[in-house]
Amino acid sequence: MTTTFAATATAFAGQATSVLTQESFLLSLLLKIALVVGLFLVVPLVGGYLEHKAMGRLQARRGPVEAGPFGSLQLVADGIKFIQKEDVIPRAADRWVFSLAPGLALVPVLAMFVVLPLGPGVFALDLELGLFYALAAGSVGVLGIMMGGWASANKFSLIGGLRAGGQLIAYELPLILAAITVAVQAGTLSLVGIVEAQATFTLPGTSINVWYVFPQIVSFAIFFIAAMAELSRPPFDMPIADSELVFGYMTEYTGIKFAMYMLAEYAGMIVMSGLLVVLFLGGWQPLPGVPLPGCEGAAGLFDCGLEGTLLGVLVTLGKIMGVVFLMVWFRVAWPRLREDQLQRFSWLVLVPVALLNLAVVTVAKVEF
Amino acid sequence: MATTSPPGVGLLKGLGVTIKHLARRPATQMYPKQRPDLAPRTRGVIALMDENCTVCMLCARECPDWCIYIDSHKETVPPAREGGRARTRNVLDRFAIDFSLCMYCGICVEVCPFDALFWSPEFEYAEYDITGLLHEMGRLREWMDTVPPPPALDDGAEPPAEVADAIAKAIEEHEKQLAPPADEPASDEQASTENGDGDAAAPAPKKADVSVEAGQIDQETYDQLIAEGKSERMARAKAKAAWVGKEKQRILDEEGGA
Repeated sequence: MTTTFAATATAFAGQATSVLTQESFLLSLLLKIALVVGLFLVVPLVGGYLEHKAMGRLQARRGPVEAGPFGSLQLVADGIKFIQKEDVIPRAADRWVFSLAPGLALVPVLAMFVVLPLGPGVFALDLELGLFYALAAGSVGVLGIMMGGWASANKFSLIGGLRAGGQLIAYELPLILAAITVAVQAGTLSLVGIVEAQATFTLPGTSINVWYVFPQIVSFAIFFIAAMAELSRPPFDMPIADSELVFGYMTEYTGIKFAMYMLAEYAGMIVMSGLLVVLFLGGWQPLPGVPLPGCEGAAGLFDCGLEGTLLGVLVTLGKIMGVVFLMVWFRVAWPRLREDQLQRFSWLVLVPVALLNLAVVTVAKVEF
Repeated sequence: MATTSPPGVGLLKGLGVTIKHLARRPATQMYPKQRPDLAPRTRGVIALMDENCTVCMLCARECPDWCIYIDSHKETVPPAREGGRARTRNVLDRFAIDFSLCMYCGICVEVCPFDALFWSPEFEYAEYDITGLLHEMGRLREWMDTVPPPPALDDGAEPPAEVADAIAKAIEEHEKQLAPPADEPASDEQASTENGDGDAAAPAPKKADVSVEAGQIDQETYDQLIAEGKSERMARAKAKAAWVGKEKQRILDEEGGA
């Protein structure tokens, strides 16, 4: 029975098998759930700590210093504080929708972690449509935000929620168009397959192995910008613009629900950075053309042994943190755009450039 | 925009400015663990030198918050000389400042004519109970230990009154040495007493209407006083006075010669 399940799951999941795939289906499932939930709960904390510290240092401050060694447990302390707080629901609010919204904002991010490959064989699922699945799941997140904005019975929340909706529609398109170019070049939608394709991709006419960030620099830039807008990160944080909208769709939220929204934001940052790393920065490959130790065969992708696997995970996480640092740096350095500038930038700059880029990449793919 | 630069240059500049700070030391002062750097004339708390207080009530009256409480009684002081008149004197009984009302304007410190109130940079006197912020005389007196010495005067500043007195005396002595004995001693005395108003630069009225600006210092006197271990301020003031004296003498001699 369980073997049938496992076989079905493997067949459904596509080509690559995860190191977490065990003989026992249940054990395998538990391991995968542990991986996804662990990623979902721990890595955002690390990313949040990095943001606190980097933002502090970039602004000539120190960031958190008291909670834990070098303030590293600040977010844990914050979490405990949020749990203790009173859970206030406005009288005019739509109680059910108001309470469900933060949870709904979390689920898509959690779903995206399922297909995110962290190292050779370290992923919960390698869907053939991995990229499609990730982007589709990611775009559901705004539903939680709009629900929260609508149910709060507060004009600031409502404007924030609607801004988030408009922003998502405007930036989903360039995001997907930029991701499609990578899929076109790699010839697959599987995220593991894209990493694999990057490990074997050489510049035409040479034997120099490069990541997709080099041939796809335009897509990389568009994807980065659109990802920051999707996440409502400054300079695209109009949905929570605290100087205009108090705190946007989060205005009425307190305690654990507020913490869930924050977690959704940070986890979204991690997962989007993870997608960026997988699509453009070679996944778990330490350097272009340098396979992980222990898995020089099979393009350095699977069965790398314990050492290579762990190193691969560390490399991916390191790259993700690098991207997060970039996001923090932009947040610190740049002012927020105006709402009309945001829409104009997407529809009049990013979308045409992304379409043109897609056409060029398609022609180039056929040519070479 | 006043100056037009290619688009995006401002964004890159912003990135540059922020990344520069990443390598620098943070400006944070780790306050409870380390004392913060305070400005030289920080207004932390007001200290009271109660011996100097004459209960003139200027501070209490000028206080915009009325947060200074003063109580006193009069004592009769027996006459200093036989047959003199007995005098009354104010004795300070209570002097309290309510720091929960105080707005740290410093007007009381400014108006005090007898140097009884001072600013201290101490600021760690927060209380759990608001009544604890009412500092009575003993507590205000304790703050005196934390009052920093006054900052040095600027170069060329008018010397303080007590220094000016010393200068006047120095001038007098100097003139006694230089002037011919035919000079009336009474006039000299009169000059020194009238000169005690603090203006060292002004010439003695009897000195034949000679006016000399105290511009330079007499290096010889200055060196000598420094060698004697006098403070620089004192030495400079006296040297200035000595220079004025010499200059005056020189002018007088010239006039006499003419």
